[in-house]
Amino acid sequence: MSDLDRLSLHVPEPAVRPGGQPDFSNVKIPKAGSVPRPEVDVAPEDIRDLAFSIIRVLNRDGEAVGPWAGLLSDAELLAGLRHMMMLRAFDARMLMAQRQGKTSFYMQHLGEEAVSCAFRRALRKGDMNFPTYRQAGLLIADDYPMVEMMNQIFSNESDPCHGRQLPVMYTSKEHGFFTISGNLATQYVQAVGWAMASAIKNDTRIAAGWIGDGSTAESDFHSALVFASTYRAPVILNIVNNQWAISTFQGIARGGSGTFAARGLGFGIPALRVDGNDYLAVYAVARWAAERARRNLGPTLIEYVTYRVGAHSTSDDPSAYRPKTESEAWPLGDPVLRLKKHLIVRGAWSEERHAQAEAEIMDEVIQAQKKAEIHGTLHAGGKPSVRDIFEGVYAEMPPHIRRQRQKAGY
Amino acid sequence: MARMTMIEAVRSAMDVSMGRDENVVVFGEDVGYFGGVFRCTQGLQAKYGKTRCFDAPISESGIVGTAIGMAAYGLKPCVEIQFADYMYPAYDQITQEAARIRYRSNGDFTCPIVLRMPTGGGIFGGQTHSQSPEALFTHVCGLKVIVPSNPYDAKGLLISAIEDPDPVMFLEPKRLYNGPFDGHHERPVTPWSKHELGDVPEGHYTIPIGKAEIRRKGSAVTVVAYGTMVHVALAAAEETGIDAEVIDLRSLLPLDLDTIVQSVTKTGRCVVVHEATLTSGFGAELVSLVQEHCFYHLEAPVVRVTGWDTPYPHAQEWDYFPGPARVGRALTEVMEA
Repeated sequence: MSDLDRLSLHVPEPAVRPGGQPDFSNVKIPKAGSVPRPEVDVAPEDIRDLAFSIIRVLNRDGEAVGPWAGLLSDAELLAGLRHMMMLRAFDARMLMAQRQGKTSFYMQHLGEEAVSCAFRRALRKGDMNFPTYRQAGLLIADDYPMVEMMNQIFSNESDPCHGRQLPVMYTSKEHGFFTISGNLATQYVQAVGWAMASAIKNDTRIAAGWIGDGSTAESDFHSALVFASTYRAPVILNIVNNQWAISTFQGIARGGSGTFAARGLGFGIPALRVDGNDYLAVYAVARWAAERARRNLGPTLIEYVTYRVGAHSTSDDPSAYRPKTESEAWPLGDPVLRLKKHLIVRGAWSEERHAQAEAEIMDEVIQAQKKAEIHGTLHAGGKPSVRDIFEGVYAEMPPHIRRQRQKAGY
Repeated sequence: MARMTMIEAVRSAMDVSMGRDENVVVFGEDVGYFGGVFRCTQGLQAKYGKTRCFDAPISESGIVGTAIGMAAYGLKPCVEIQFADYMYPAYDQITQEAARIRYRSNGDFTCPIVLRMPTGGGIFGGQTHSQSPEALFTHVCGLKVIVPSNPYDAKGLLISAIEDPDPVMFLEPKRLYNGPFDGHHERPVTPWSKHELGDVPEGHYTIPIGKAEIRRKGSAVTVVAYGTMVHVALAAAEETGIDAEVIDLRSLLPLDLDTIVQSVTKTGRCVVVHEATLTSGFGAELVSLVQEHCFYHLEAPVVRVTGWDTPYPHAQEWDYFPGPARVGRALTEVMEA
């Protein structure tokens, strides 16, 4: 007989549950500007510490500091602020539209606007994203028509997906936005395949894969890293760590790896952590990774440390699993307010102009919504044809589907 | 024309396609330098370079997922899954991604990939090298499913599959790779070089997807089969002396329903044969369709001859494999009903 104690299973728990005091003391936040910026051709083993730190540019006084600063002009930053404000206003209106029964479902980006909005600006026309459901900022920052996004959400007669996709599952080849899958992590390895194809064809375009912290537990995440590492694919592998996978805290998927970025190290992929609520830091790191990919130096893995302020979706109730005030305690602040403050510090913006811009942007979103609603909403007005159910399963409709379409009366 | 085994015909199809279209790429486990465990891709890397024919990590989901990404870019990946039995880790990518990308994006993105996989038993492959998973694919809208039964068809159908704008599952009956096999495992195998369908054009030709072929004309009973079972059905017809019409489906999805209906309407009897297990197998779909479209012409219940509803055993393989004796008994039963 062994004299050892009986075994017991370790089940991680978040620091605090509803009713408790929010606690982010476990999130170690380095000072803005303190993390060095390596050359893009650095050996991955020489920057292992970047997988455990957090790259930050904006300090608490709203100044851009350190080696990752200085990449964006006033005009570019104002455009970035506008994109984030636009996404926030869009979210607010679509959330309300869902509550009004104009669509079945919506997913907002509250608190995470900087990630996709800033990232898009580091890409070029022709590059391809393989996004999840919380990167609409990629479209907004690329000037995709908001009315089209709303048509998709309303599943109306002008829905580019003809009513076949869940709301927010956009698609736009022209805007480098691969059709979203509700199955998690599948698109991550597809991004690697797209990037491999670009390299096979000696093209100059690169790809970006997107995944949430929880979905890094999916086997496709690991497959993607194997393929990206093996073939040195020109791909940026993004992990948006927003702390919560629906109700499951990020410690469940992370296990003992310390950080999500650290998972790249075992594959020899340069891995960086960045303050996901810092527009300037996100842009700087994305551009670094994009340059690596374009210079044929292979993949980069980026973990965006952020916080999902809103519910996972309109079907979720976060008050059931986390303290109501937790988002206010998030130590990396609000991405919109931080960039606003920085622009004011730079002398390029003011409280008055911000308030005015907020009103103008909301008006623009409302006008877009009016235009979209002319084409119908989920339960009222114009709808995609029933015939559209049967079209597009194959390039050419096979006889059995044609028979079924005829049986349905179309 | 040249004499080819099914392996050589499959290889020739990829060779011809890669030569005609520089967007065709071939990859999978061991397919590059080594040429695949069955040597179907032998010589392709040497001829087309290692960025067009290359080895992949042992990650089926990764292989199919990257193929989908390549297809979204504009390439035409022709991928080898080493055995159909290894397909399951990629099932999500195949059924919920590849199959639906055209539909969900309204054609904004498409997925012209071919997934080749050796299928079926009869090689003492045990439970994990003998499966026939075609029904798992025919249930999925957006896929096409092909099972050739000879070298000539294999080449023509594979070229069609590679040129097809949609995802195609190409199931290669591995027992037929080197010769036709009628289920008499105790007899020496006749090579394809002595079979008329081993005479294969060396250049480009296609066989339309969705068209069956009548392999044996008959008037008493229709046997619907595909893959290895076509040869078993032909043997059973010869050995029983029953005037059976044998249909080789070649393509399961889309299915050539017209050929089946015309034949059963003529014969009034039908036997469906496949290697996969009975319950919810593709035979169930075939029997339903025959019942739906030929009910008033039927003179006997439609009978299925299939693998048993068990995993594929190793030592008892020949009791599992639907051989000519079992098919023959079914033919007799249907004729006497």
